[in-house]
Formats: sequence, C-alpha cells, structure tokens
Amino acid sequence: MPGQAQLLPGTLDLLILKAVSLGPLHGYAVLLRIGQISEQALTIEQGALYPALFRLVRQDLLKASWGVSENNRRAKFYELTALGRKRLREETAGWNRLAEAMASALAAQPEEI
Amino acid sequence: MILLSWYRSVATRLFHRSRIDDEMEEELRSHIQHRADDLEASGLDRAQAERRARIEFGGQTRFKEECYDALGGTFVESLIQDVRLTLRGLRKSPGFALVAVLTLALAIGANAVVFAVANTLVLRPLNVPRAQSLYGIERGKEKSPQQSYPDYLDLRDRNRSFEDLAGFSIAAAGLDTGKEPSRVMGYVVSGNYFDALGVQPYLGRFFHGSDEHGPNSAPYLVLAHAYWHSHFQDDRGVVGRVVRLNQRPFTVLGVAPPEFQGTLLFFSPSFWVPMVNNQQLDGASILDARGIRAVMMVIGHLKAGVTPPQAIADLNSVGSYLEKTFPKEDGKMTFTLARPGLFGDSVGGAVRGFMAGLLLLAGLILLGACANLGSLFAARAADRSREVALRLALGSSRNRILRGLFTEAVLISLAGGALGLLGSLALLSELSAWRPIPQTPSLHVPVSPDVTVYLLALALALASGFLFGIVPVRQVLRTDPYQIVKSGPGSGIGRRLSLRDLLLVVQVAICAVLVTASLVAVRGLVRSLDAHVGFEPRNAMVASTILSMGGTSGDGVPEVERRMIDALQTIPGVRSVGLVDFRPLSTSFYAASVFSGNATDLSPSSAAASAFAYRISPGYFHAAGTALLSGRTVSWHDDKGAPRVAVVNREFARKLFGSVAGAVGGYFKMDDGTRLEVVGVVEDGKYLTLAEDPRPAMFLPFPQSPSSWATLVVRSGRDPRQLAAAMRSKLRDVNAGLPFDIQPWTSEMESALFTPRVATVSLGVLGAMGALLAITGIFGMAAYSVSRRMREFGIRLALGAGWREVLQAALGRALKLLACGSAAGLVLGVLASRVLAVIVYQATPRDPLVLAGVALAMLSLGLLATWIPAQRALAADPSALLREG
Repeated sequence: MPGQAQLLPGTLDLLILKAVSLGPLHGYAVLLRIGQISEQALTIEQGALYPALFRLVRQDLLKASWGVSENNRRAKFYELTALGRKRLREETAGWNRLAEAMASALAAQPEEI
Repeated sequence: MILLSWYRSVATRLFHRSRIDDEMEEELRSHIQHRADDLEASGLDRAQAERRARIEFGGQTRFKEECYDALGGTFVESLIQDVRLTLRGLRKSPGFALVAVLTLALAIGANAVVFAVANTLVLRPLNVPRAQSLYGIERGKEKSPQQSYPDYLDLRDRNRSFEDLAGFSIAAAGLDTGKEPSRVMGYVVSGNYFDALGVQPYLGRFFHGSDEHGPNSAPYLVLAHAYWHSHFQDDRGVVGRVVRLNQRPFTVLGVAPPEFQGTLLFFSPSFWVPMVNNQQLDGASILDARGIRAVMMVIGHLKAGVTPPQAIADLNSVGSYLEKTFPKEDGKMTFTLARPGLFGDSVGGAVRGFMAGLLLLAGLILLGACANLGSLFAARAADRSREVALRLALGSSRNRILRGLFTEAVLISLAGGALGLLGSLALLSELSAWRPIPQTPSLHVPVSPDVTVYLLALALALASGFLFGIVPVRQVLRTDPYQIVKSGPGSGIGRRLSLRDLLLVVQVAICAVLVTASLVAVRGLVRSLDAHVGFEPRNAMVASTILSMGGTSGDGVPEVERRMIDALQTIPGVRSVGLVDFRPLSTSFYAASVFSGNATDLSPSSAAASAFAYRISPGYFHAAGTALLSGRTVSWHDDKGAPRVAVVNREFARKLFGSVAGAVGGYFKMDDGTRLEVVGVVEDGKYLTLAEDPRPAMFLPFPQSPSSWATLVVRSGRDPRQLAAAMRSKLRDVNAGLPFDIQPWTSEMESALFTPRVATVSLGVLGAMGALLAITGIFGMAAYSVSRRMREFGIRLALGAGWREVLQAALGRALKLLACGSAAGLVLGVLASRVLAVIVYQATPRDPLVLAGVALAMLSLGLLATWIPAQRALAADPSALLREG
C-alpha cells in the first residue's frame, strides 16, 4: 500500500493510548481507530496489538472490561486509567518536541549553518 | 506500586491460569470474528471471511506467548508452563522417561552410597572436640600403631609436643549385671583418656589419670550410651552401681555421650575401663612388660602452634632415648603421625585406597550415565526434530524450545536424583545395621548420611542434568524448519567420529573394566570358598570363650580346659574334640619372633622369622582336619613339667630348618630364651587372610603356655543345632558362669571372608551398573542412528536389500564402537585386577574363564541393547516411509 509509514519502535503504545483516549474500544476497534486517525498511513499487524495491550494493562495505563460490541459480539473493552491519561499527555509532549526538533533539523539549509 | 501489581498479576496468573487462558482465547476469537464481519460486509461469504481473518491475524501461538511475556514476571510462570509441557511430553514417551530416570537414579544412588561411606570413614574426623589436632602415633617403617605400656608412659611423660597422650586397646569381657553374663566388647584405656580427648560425660563422671594408683587400683567402668540405653533402659540410677566384669566387681562411674563411640570409626564399644585394671580382664599383666605391644594405639592433641614435623622430631628424640635405655625390648624406635579413627595407616591406608577407588569408579559411572543420557536426549531430539521445526515455523522462539529441552533434562535429573537418593538411603540404613562379623557385633560401620550427602546428590543431579541437556542444543540451533518440514529428518548423516561416539567407547570401556573386575572378584571368592586353608571347617562346631570371664586364670586354666575336652568327648556321635586358643582365620591371633636354636642375640632385629603361635590340645589337628606330615602331634604328656616341645608347619620348617625332614628333632628359641624341640610338622594353612602367602606357624601344647582364650573344636556328623545344645549343657556342667559362643565353624569363617566379600559385593554391584549403563548407552546410540536413517533403510529395502545389509548399515557402527570399548576395557580391567589380588584370594585376570566371561558378557550386552533398534530397522516399511517425506 502506498503512503504507509513504518512504525517506529515504542510508538505503538502511544498510538494505542491515543486511540483509547477518545473512548473505550475493543481490540479490533483499536486497530480501526488507529487506521482512521492516521488516515490509513499507519497500520499494525493485527496479532501484534495484543501483547502491547496486555503490557499497557499490566502497567496500569489501561483497564479492561468485558462488554458487547456494536456487532453484538462479546469483546474486551479497553479504556484509559488516570495514570494512562497522564502518560499520554507526557508522551505526546515529548513526541512533539522530538518531531519539531527532527523537522527543523531536516529542514536546515546550507546557508543557515 | 508497580511491584505490587507485578505480584498481583503473578499471583493471579499462577492461580487463575486457565481463566486467563480462556479469556485470551476468547479475546483473540472475538477479534477474528469482528474482522470477519467486516470482510463479509465487503462481499466474501462467511467461511471465506473467517479463513481470511485468521490468516491476516498471523501466528496465534506466538502472540499468545508474547501476551504471556507482556503480563510480566514470566520466569516462574513460564517455568511452570515448561514443566507442564515437559510432563505432558514425557507422558507421551514413558519408556524414554523411565530409562532416563532409572539410569540417573542408579548413577546418583551409587555415588551417594559410596560418598556417604567415604564421608563416614575417611573424610569425617572422629567425633571429639578439636579433631583436627588429634593424631595417633605409629612406630617404625611398618607403621605399627601398637606400643607397650611402659613405652606409652615414656612417650606420654617425655614428649613436649602433645597436650596429653592417651592409650587404648580393645578387650572382650563377660559382663554380669545380675542377669545372665553376656560377652561384650569395650575399650581398655589409660586413665587420662577422656580428659586427653576433651569428652564430657553424659551422666555421672569419667575416670581420670588421678584415679590410677598401680595395678588393679581403679575398678571403674564407663558405659557407652547405646549399651546403657539397651541394657539399662536409660536408668539414671546406674551410676554408682557395682557390676561384675569377668567376675570382678567394677563400679559404674558414668555414661559417655551418645555421639562419642570411642576412637575407632568401625568399632562401637559397650564400655571403657582403666588400663591399670587390664589384668582383671584378660589375665595378662602388661603394665611392666616393655616387650609386649599391648596398647593398641596412642593418641593425643598436638599443642597449639606445634606442627606435625616438629612433633615427630620430638617423639623421635624420646625414641632414641628408649632405644639406648632398652636395647633388648625396643628395637628401632622411630615414629610418625597418622590420623586416628581407622587405626592409623595400617588399616586406614587400605580403606582409603579402596574408598578412593570406589569413588573413582562411581564417578566414572556417573560420567558414563551422563554420556548415555546425552545420546538418549540427542536421539529424542532427532526423533522430535519435526515437532521442533513445526513449533519454530509457527513462531515459537528457539530460546523457548531450548528452555523446554533443559526443563526436561533438569526434571529428569531431579527425579533421578531423588530416586537415587531414596535408594541409597535404604541401602545405607541396611549397611549401618549390618554386622559383618556376627561374633563381634561391635564391629560395624555406622553410616549416617548427613547434609553433605544430600547436597552432593542434588548437585550431581543438577550438574548431570545440564551436562546431558547440552548435547542436543546444537541440534536445535541448527534446525532449519523449512528443510525439515520439507524433507523430514535424516538428511546428512555424520560419518566422522563425533564426541558422542567417543563417549560411548569410553563408557563401554568403563563397563568392561567393571565387568572384568567383578568377574575376577567373584571367581576369587568362589575359589577362596573352595580353597584348602589347612583345616576343614565343614562338619565342625566351635565353642569359644575366655576363661577369665568365668574367674579362672593362671595355673587353673589347663585343668579346666582338660575337663571341658573330656566332657565334650562324651557326647554321642562326636568323632574328635580339640582345643586351640585362637582359631586360624578369626579376628584374633598371636604372633611371636622365633630364633634359631643356638641364637644368643634375642633382639627383634635378629629374629629368624615371625610365626603365628597357637596353643593346642592333643586332639586339635584331628578335630580340625589338619594333616600331619612328619613326626608326632603334641600329647597329654607334654605338660608343664615336661621338656618344651612344638609342632610347626611346613613353612616354618622350611624357613628355620630348610626342609620338613630336617625339622623334626630340631630346636628353636622364643624371644624369652626358651628352647623348644620340634616334634612334628603339619601342612601349611591360612591364618590371617585367605589371600596371604604361606606363613610360618607353630603349635604349642596348651599346658606349657596357658592363656585364658579357648576355642573347642568338635567334629561330628550330627545336626549342628542338636549338637550345639548338647555342647552347651555339657559345658555348663564344667563351669556354669562361663559364657560360650557356639557356632558351626563355617559361619565362624565370616571374618576371613569379610574383605573378599565386601570387595566382591561392591565390585559386583558396580559391574552390574556398568553393564546396565552400557546397555542403555548402546541402545541409545543404535536407536538414534536407526531413527535418523529410517528413510534410507526404507529405500534400501525398496531397492531389494536383504536384512543382512540393512542390519549392517543400521548397527555396524554401534557394534564396532562396542568392540573397541570392550577391548580397551578388558585390557584396563586386567591391569586393574592386579590391585584386586591384594584383597581377593587368587584373583587373577589371566583366567580363561574370566576372559571368556567378559567377552560373552559384553557380546550379550551388545545383542540385548541393539535388539529393539534392529527390529525397528527391519520393520521399515518403504512405502509408508517414502510417503511421509
């Protein structure tokens, strides 16, 4: 697929936190949401999502509960904890700083040096 | 916080494992269903959509494993998972599990037993305070621990290196506590014995050096804890009671602590009495006899800061004083130090050597077992290479698979170790209860396995687990899932000599050594049972006693002995009765220096020979079945007033007179200057051990040199039990207070057969274990190579090969290795058997029967071990095998 970006290591957790911050989601919906908010630029291997979800739950950043999905199927829904919300804010700020720094570094012109 | 949640999650997962499993399963299923819903909406039918969704999802196994990893604290958990998986795998191949566990159990059990015995006998010091500084003194080049009592006193008082020196001997005595007098064994010790060792009483008090005031001045007795427990029922009122020892009153002073069992590791006494009262025990007055080495051993703690070489120099200066002052009694007086406990180096050296040999063999067996299990594991890994490849292809990590293999190895080694330890504990408790010589119940080896033994077993189990767990690692690391799934196992057969082949050869060689050694020992034992020992123990009863136990001593002895002989002769069916002081081949003996008839220098260094001396009655040779070669035997007329005479054996005649014919009528001298005439010559016999070379012996008429030890030999064809009862009643008529030990002579031979028996049993057991290991080793190797090459055999069979060619291909290598190993082992075994000859009578490996036996044994082992793999190779079904690929 054209226009797809490679996922940097460590960014999957941040994407999941962001996706879930917009409302409780089950696993498959997290994938769809990430595709949607990144305008299909970022896709994740389906199975790889779950180890990350389990890790975030263990770190108390997400909490999980069973519910019924829009397709009327049983599914496990994830939502942010207070700790998760805080972590999302910090990581977002950190990421933005990094991105700006990278962008300006890469935009540098010869005469500016 | 994090830690807490980690604990919580570990705990949750440990106890709700299956719930988590179910949830994970359901979540992944739900994901796939949702995806399928979307795909269905885009136009696929439901079945296709679900299939597609599953493929898109990727390897479920891997993600599940990763999820578990993500749950944290995975070590304990994946360990449990591994263990569970391993157990499931082992349940699927119970034969493999059983063989592996049993092999290891045998090897570890053998090591635990040998180590426990070595630990008790060699490694662990005596149970006394500050055992590190406790030494025994040995005399001369022959390292004899015995000293005379006066020499002991001089050593004690003149040395400057020891805190104190104590002496001890062993004595048998009739102990009368008001009930039937019983024969017990105990220590006769110097008064300072307990103080010098630093042992404290459990009850009452011990005697001290200050209690001694000359001969028979200290009629005190200290009881051993075990004897107090079994014969006085822990009665604390025993202190101060008077008991009768050999009919003489002794006051019980106290009880020794349970952990103190004297100063010899293999002998547990019943009592201790002061040496100054020795005369009351065995009638001999040793206190002034500088020439009689009556003190069995002299021991003491070195002073702080004194090194053993300094102490030896100090003792030698005392020795040169003794040499100068008593040139007649004390020959060369040089001293060395030895660890006490095993009676110095004389016994200890042999025991240590034997134990070191056993430890080495046991270690070899363990190594063999590891090599063996390594091959088995490699074979198993080869058989499972398809499964491993499949798991790799499904996304399992190599790490995980290796961990599984190691878990399997460690599980098996722990199970084997536990089983081996249990077996060895059972064996050790048998060994502790074992009284090798029934007449001397105090002589035994109290082996109590301690923490060291358990730790050793555990360490051995784990170490061996890792050792053989490593073997298949390379195999797994090299596994290429695609190749194996595509072509099946069996590509690339190693033709060069691998480490495994070498291990197998070594292992087979070890086995052949063990089999050779055990066959040699068994053969030697059988021969020693048949050997002519200079008397005929069959159809003879022996009744032994110590007359001083009944209060008879000195000149009264011969008269009582004569009455006993006469009384026994009146029993119907008795063919002959004889008397001897110590039976040949029993634990007791007396040896003396003899000199030529015209010798004037009677110092030990100019002696013509050292001869065993036996006091006998006229009927002894007849009753014992010893053949008279020349002259006459002793007669009733050779009594106290008559000229001193002796009968000697052939070796004695040869050494002193050159020939049997020249001996009769000749004279020789004892070390006290007495001149004796040789009146007869008898055949040679065995006197101390079955393995000994012919040694000189002399037989003296009992009235001319009385001693209170007596053994009556009764030859009769009657039933032993009836005869024993008749003998007992006749002997009671002579002296009611005298304890007698009545046995068939054959069972009295136990002590002589003790060492060859121990050697035979231990080598036999090790040989059997070696054989078992060889079987499993060859089996593992053959099974492995067959399973690797099943496809090849299938093709060969399909192309028309006969069973001969297939067997050749399947087992040729294993059998070749077997032949190499056996040949090497046989040569080594023959060499090692020279060592055996010291212990086992006529142990010669150059015995065609032994050589043939070893060859036959190894051949049948080979056949046995290759039987199943050969069957499997021959059963190769070409069509099925080719289809499988």
